[in-house]
Amino acid sequence: MAFLQTSKTRAARYDVVVVGSGAAGGMAALTLAKAGAKVLMLEAGRKYDPVTETPMFQTNADAPLRGANTPDKPYGFYDATIGGWTVKGEPYTVKNKTSGTWQDGTFAKRDATDQNFMWWRARMLGGRTNHWGRVSLRMGPDDFKPRSTDGLGFDWPISYEEIAPYYDRTDQIVGIFGSKEGIRNDPDSDFFLPPPKPRAYELLFQRGAKKLGIPVIPSRIAVLTKPMPGRAPCFYATPCSRGCAIGAAFQSTTSLIPYALETGNLDVITNAMVREVTLDARGRANGVHFIDKLTGQEEHVPARAVVLGASACETGRILLNSRSNRFPQGLGNSSGHLGRWLTDSTAGDLSGQIPALENMPLHNEDGVSFQHLYAPWSEAQAKSAKAMGSPRGYYTSFGGGRKMPGMSVSLGPNGGNLFGTKLKEEARRYYGSFVNVSGRGEMVPNEHCYAELDPEKKDRFGIPVLRFHWKWNDYEVRQVEHMHQTFAEMIEAAGGKVTKAPVKDASGIMTAGGSVNHEMGVTRMSAKPEDGVTNPYSQLWDCPNVVVADAGVFVSSPYKNPTLTIMALAIRACEKLQAGMNDGSIPAPA
Amino acid sequence: MDGSTAPLPLSLSRRDALRRILTASALAASLDITAFAAEDIARIGEDPNLLVKDIPWPRLLTPEEKRIVTALGDVIIPADEYGPAASAVGVPDFIDEWVSAPYPEQQKDLSAIRPGLAWIDSEAKQRFGKGYADCDLAQQTALVTDIVTDGSPARKAGYSFFKLLRDRVAGGYFSTPEGWKAIGYTGNVPSMEFTGPSPEVLQHVGLA
Repeated sequence: MAFLQTSKTRAARYDVVVVGSGAAGGMAALTLAKAGAKVLMLEAGRKYDPVTETPMFQTNADAPLRGANTPDKPYGFYDATIGGWTVKGEPYTVKNKTSGTWQDGTFAKRDATDQNFMWWRARMLGGRTNHWGRVSLRMGPDDFKPRSTDGLGFDWPISYEEIAPYYDRTDQIVGIFGSKEGIRNDPDSDFFLPPPKPRAYELLFQRGAKKLGIPVIPSRIAVLTKPMPGRAPCFYATPCSRGCAIGAAFQSTTSLIPYALETGNLDVITNAMVREVTLDARGRANGVHFIDKLTGQEEHVPARAVVLGASACETGRILLNSRSNRFPQGLGNSSGHLGRWLTDSTAGDLSGQIPALENMPLHNEDGVSFQHLYAPWSEAQAKSAKAMGSPRGYYTSFGGGRKMPGMSVSLGPNGGNLFGTKLKEEARRYYGSFVNVSGRGEMVPNEHCYAELDPEKKDRFGIPVLRFHWKWNDYEVRQVEHMHQTFAEMIEAAGGKVTKAPVKDASGIMTAGGSVNHEMGVTRMSAKPEDGVTNPYSQLWDCPNVVVADAGVFVSSPYKNPTLTIMALAIRACEKLQAGMNDGSIPAPA
Repeated sequence: MDGSTAPLPLSLSRRDALRRILTASALAASLDITAFAAEDIARIGEDPNLLVKDIPWPRLLTPEEKRIVTALGDVIIPADEYGPAASAVGVPDFIDEWVSAPYPEQQKDLSAIRPGLAWIDSEAKQRFGKGYADCDLAQQTALVTDIVTDGSPARKAGYSFFKLLRDRVAGGYFSTPEGWKAIGYTGNVPSMEFTGPSPEVLQHVGLA
């Protein structure tokens, strides 16, 4: 079993078809293949090999336009993602907030666009894990019980204690650095790798934040600082968003799929666009229909069970398109919750400049290319945020430093009139003295945020596309205002000045929904069939041999980036599925 | 790379042919860039080979425009103790690459830079009797000094163009290895461990 060049060589049937190859699909395939199931992974994008395709050490001068971002490569030329805010021939529709009309979603500045929503999609093996921020924070006890904590949103039907063992196992597969801090709602891991030392500007923020009563601690990031089998430790050069040829920065393509293939139980077909899950006469899933993008042929692959890990919204789309006499509104939608309770993280950013960082002795601050320190949500912040009408938390990270220069190099506050040797001297003086404080926060799910099938539009395969509804609550607007206020204090406490005043009213700078790339909800889990799409083991209430492995099952959207929790829940769901197939509690389809 | 997308609107050979024609043609400079981009034939695309620098679009600056960019670029970034001049590290070619790109930001830059180059050239002819590129360094520098001097007529006419080109030249320069040296970037080298800031650095920021 291996990579299949053509779907013609696939087996006649599989135990499980896994849709998607990123955090969800990769971890699902690894879990099931290790347990002995014969697995077929279907990926809509092309085969991708970080070992041979990653531009390690390339400079911006080696790239077109010095690596600057373009509509073709929205995060810059070297970003690993194939895909983006648009995928050719695969539109989605969003509402124009000004005109109120529907339009195709596209590349835009996320906090200054008329689009109510933006959808980031990868079309490549490994999906979005190839470029992600590698932030790996465990959700804490309160995060699973938000309604019990503050009366808003919904509780998960599972607790931190139930998930903790799966976090432990995920950490051991992924490799995450961090430090034990004993913060109740930010649980530690017994498997943290040693964190890298903080950079100079991060130490200034740490010292400053202390005066504000906000602890700043080592980040928790999926980058190896010690070797793991088959994966080298970080050598502290070249940005991880390009992908990592040596496997130090976790991505499904180096860290999950090769190990799943090693079991001999996994086949992979790329360029396979799944249209729908098919059912037998009794309403059990018996496989999927997909389109082989290379031939344009429609294919059906039979399986005992289906795991959907296509990303929350793409999985929702497949289910909405899986319509039958038994499930005319889509598979998993008997409760009417399919597509609903869509959430994303909030984002707030404030930049500044710190004079103490000017004219710094030359030194290399590349590190792991992500933040080495961050501030988890603190009691001090919770208190002042509550007074502002912002109930939920965010975490804060600090950007800046002596990064590899690109087109946006700043010439300093006197930059306007500079040329000649003086320009070089000023650029040198101010280089590395600019900082950016950045927050990612929790949104309270609301009924105005959902995805549904567009009544008319289809993609180039003839598959109906999604259209998105979105509206922030006042809670999130207040939260971004709190971020700005706090970040200004943090910059000042670090000895700096803000370069632009913090906003008093954040309603004009709220990001488009989805633009933080943290779509969650859509197929949420619930304790009772009438309240959600899946049961607490991520199986469809309508059809338990279909499992959702991605962030679709999330009931809330804690300020802990979703990827780590996706993987922990995928292990748990797939082991439950495997056990159910073994003991017959999940019967085989006809 | 096994092709993942639908057939391209143009075959590669047609694209190459078109590129060659456009590059060779004197017509290239007068092309309506917006209409050209709409053809969707010369973009980076969503799945380029990241290991190869392949600029698929034809360059639009005329030889004369490029001479002005070269002269102006070297006034902005001269050779000095910090490193070579802009032209020595290929910045004029880069500016041509940048303003010729079929994307909205770069097209906007072209629509400001092209008339700006014509303006500075005519300004030089008026003052010194020859085009900007043919002036001597003192004359070239005098004109730029005028542009950045508060209240001068040259500033009024040419500052926003100059600042835009200046920022692009600076970005193009500091993103080269020679530019790294000039600005003080010492990274992009592998090391066994990340040692963090040295005592000297800590002392500099007041943390020692």
